[in-house]
Amino acid sequence: MTDWEAVIGIETHVELQTRSKMFCGCEVNFGADPNTTICPVCLALPGALPVPNEEAIEGILEIGAALGCKLVESSLFHRKNYFYPDLPKNYQISQYDVPLCVDGHLDIDVNGEEARIGITRVHMEEDTGKSLHGSDTGRIHGADYSLLDFNRSGVPLVEIVSEPDIRSAEQARAYAAELQRVVRTLGVSDVRLEEGSVRFDANISVRPAGRAEFGTRTEVKNMNSLRSLQRAIAYEIQRQIGVIEGGGEIIQETRHWNEGTGATSSMRSKEESEDYRYFQEPDLVPLHVDGEWRDRVFAGLPELPSARRRRVVAAGVERQTAATLVESGDLADLFDEAVSRGADGKLVANWLTGEVVAHLRRNDVGLADTAITAAHLDELAVLVGEGVLSSTAAKEVLDHVMSGEGSPREVAAARDLTQISDQSALESEVDNVLAANPDVVERLRGGDTKPIGFVVGQVMKATRGKADPKLVSELIRSKTQGA
Amino acid sequence: MTDLADLSISGAAAGLRRGDFSSVELTDAVLTRAGVTESHLHAYLTLDHEGARAAAAAADQAFAAGEDSGPLQGIPLAVKDNMVTRGMETTAGSKILAGYSPPYSATAVEQLAAARAVILGKTNLDEFAMGSSTENSAYGPTRNPWDTDRVPGGSSGGSAAAVSVGSALGALGSDTGGSIRQPAALCGLVGVKPTYGVVSRYGLIAFASSLDQIGPFARNVQDAAALLETVAGHDPRDATSYRGDKPDISSLLDTGVAGMRVGVLAELSGDGIDPQVQQACRRMYDALADAGAELEEVSLPATEYALSAYYLIAPAEASANLARFDGVRYGLRVDGETTEEMMAATRAEGFGPEVARRILLGTYALSAGYYDAFYGQAQKVRTLLRNEFAATYEDVDVIVSPTSPTTAFAIGEKTADPLNMYFADVCTIASNLAGDPSGSVPIGLDDQGLPIGFQIMAPALHEARLFQLAAEVERLAGFDLRPDLATSEVKPA
Repeated sequence: MTDWEAVIGIETHVELQTRSKMFCGCEVNFGADPNTTICPVCLALPGALPVPNEEAIEGILEIGAALGCKLVESSLFHRKNYFYPDLPKNYQISQYDVPLCVDGHLDIDVNGEEARIGITRVHMEEDTGKSLHGSDTGRIHGADYSLLDFNRSGVPLVEIVSEPDIRSAEQARAYAAELQRVVRTLGVSDVRLEEGSVRFDANISVRPAGRAEFGTRTEVKNMNSLRSLQRAIAYEIQRQIGVIEGGGEIIQETRHWNEGTGATSSMRSKEESEDYRYFQEPDLVPLHVDGEWRDRVFAGLPELPSARRRRVVAAGVERQTAATLVESGDLADLFDEAVSRGADGKLVANWLTGEVVAHLRRNDVGLADTAITAAHLDELAVLVGEGVLSSTAAKEVLDHVMSGEGSPREVAAARDLTQISDQSALESEVDNVLAANPDVVERLRGGDTKPIGFVVGQVMKATRGKADPKLVSELIRSKTQGA
Repeated sequence: MTDLADLSISGAAAGLRRGDFSSVELTDAVLTRAGVTESHLHAYLTLDHEGARAAAAAADQAFAAGEDSGPLQGIPLAVKDNMVTRGMETTAGSKILAGYSPPYSATAVEQLAAARAVILGKTNLDEFAMGSSTENSAYGPTRNPWDTDRVPGGSSGGSAAAVSVGSALGALGSDTGGSIRQPAALCGLVGVKPTYGVVSRYGLIAFASSLDQIGPFARNVQDAAALLETVAGHDPRDATSYRGDKPDISSLLDTGVAGMRVGVLAELSGDGIDPQVQQACRRMYDALADAGAELEEVSLPATEYALSAYYLIAPAEASANLARFDGVRYGLRVDGETTEEMMAATRAEGFGPEVARRILLGTYALSAGYYDAFYGQAQKVRTLLRNEFAATYEDVDVIVSPTSPTTAFAIGEKTADPLNMYFADVCTIASNLAGDPSGSVPIGLDDQGLPIGFQIMAPALHEARLFQLAAEVERLAGFDLRPDLATSEVKPA
């Protein structure tokens, strides 16, 4: 029985959200009516010429810098030739042998296991238009008519090519997710898979574990969620192993992932693949990125998700909680602000990823729609620290603070949620519970500590969560076990 | 009295300012001339009588209001039909664009309009500017005004014929491998291909993007300079447009050539050049020496490979540039069962044989496995040639040669033999590959009464030097002949 190892590389296309398109002044507006953001250039009318968009170049340089790439001094555009009705020039302006950014990496983490995925290159190209085919399948084959919308034609597109360093479907998903986070943090794209503003293609091969040479690879396309990316890769790995173990050979080809059937199917083989006849774009001059520009890009980078996670963990937060926090930018911002006021990091992080997220989901609102502030979180933490609020009561207070009932102190007072730390008041509550449960008292007296939790719970219930559970537990022990 | 159609641009400009005649009268005279000569020549694909008269009237109004936009105001000019003109049919001489009405105008056309020039119409050309005789037009050939059984040269043959015969006072052409200079030579005109990037290519229907340049046709050097000065300058819509100040063009026209170091190109002095052309050029070399120029022979060995390199680079770029003509968005569409069949049928029907040949040639040259041997090698020749030019310009100020290996050849003489036709560009191609300015000035007639052109090449952005020598050549040659067709007595064919 052979042990198989998967070798995966991912090509990512990111649509940049620039004000204008890559090679003309047309607005980038994904919601516009069809064929309203077009001009002679992005329609490829006779005589029209491309002029590069500096904002897009800035965007790709930021992505390259964030991925630790080398930004090259002089870069070239090439023409990639193929005929397709939604590609108006019938060539795409892209980059070939001298891309803008090379030799970077992205660090990922799968269940605590870290890996560094190499980035071969990041290059600039332009998007195509969109076809809508009048057929049952929505595909061009068998269509009675096709409609073309060129609004997307010429939108700046960044292609990020990873090294074949990924070894599992889980890692592939983690890579894709982390890449999305990085790009989102830069603010150059909204990277929504569902809307096509980010697209992932995977190159997959398998080899016997320990062997250095790569097996024959296939390219899998059409994954429109992180989940389908992971499923498609997992499927393709198993399919390839099955073919090889069955005595077959892998054919180098492009395969289409079908979300419905959960399988990949052949689109075209290498022999059928296009010869793109790349050559240097004569309508554009080499793109120069001088040292000053490069320095400015690196200096202007925001804190990246990996650094932020490390910083949150350093504030005493668990790794998984930190990841959840950083995943949502605005929660992490609130966290930073509360901690900078001196609030306990772990406490605040748990509230944010627990009660706050639950409140948002329950009420289907965004953080900005609630009344919560960093000052509230700080105050709440102080109240818990002082023993004024039990942790249970604190959660209830938090919910009402978010609903706009006032500051934590105000809510605690108005709703009478202040913790009962008065021994005599609690003693009678404990006595009541013990009196109602003689069998439990029996077990406690016999040295069994398990029912303590039950008694504490009953007391908390009776006091509507206001009792100090630590004090209650001490009282139970002293009354039944003489400790 | 001179027919107004036979005035030079500068002569007409002076007359307009003296009030001798109006732009409407001038334009009518030129349109009248065209009405007669078109049946002989077919220089135009589109003549816009109405638009031209309206523009002329507007120019006259401006004069009346004391507004003067410079030497082209009110001057009737022609534009090669590979420059897009808003609302005026633009075909590039191809069936695939029959009836196409562009929604915008080329920058060069806009500049003419801003100078209040009168645009008469669109001139005939080899389809997509691919050819040296204007016989490759899908709309029939243009004939040479000096002998209508002969070609006017190409690809800007329509512009050359029109200016030569007086159905325009000047014209714009485009030059990818000699398409302004060679027809200028064959029609007895001044034609200039400027430094690559000096005139915007925005709106010029691309043939070979790294070689194409727009330039002027005129009956004298001064007029050519005025035209070029109007259309030159940086255009933010063309990324290859030269970003510096507009180069000086006409400040040295009266300077003479004393002390100018003139290199005579050895590779274009002997074999393959018609003896009468050689002789006329040699006489001019002597005259220049007498005028104080220092002549010496120079050699650019890489020019031997220039033609081959050109016929790989230009078709390669063309194969991509012409891919957009697919029947999807504009122009001809021939139906097919599938999108691919529609595209293939449209292109098979819409492109003529020479265009199809070059697309195939270019596609092949760029194909995997052949790129290095063909396109890659051609680019090396181009670099080599540029280096040789640069080294030569250390020793000389300009380089001279014949413009065309022969005078005008007969219609149909070379159509069956593409390679022989390609050789018509042998003198002009090197300047396009180098990106340098180059012009042709008429210096006489051969014994059949056909014009001979003299080519002047200068370093990039040294247009002023080119025009300086051109003006001297013009003075020394004293060439002021016009074809017999260019008279008010000519009758329709």
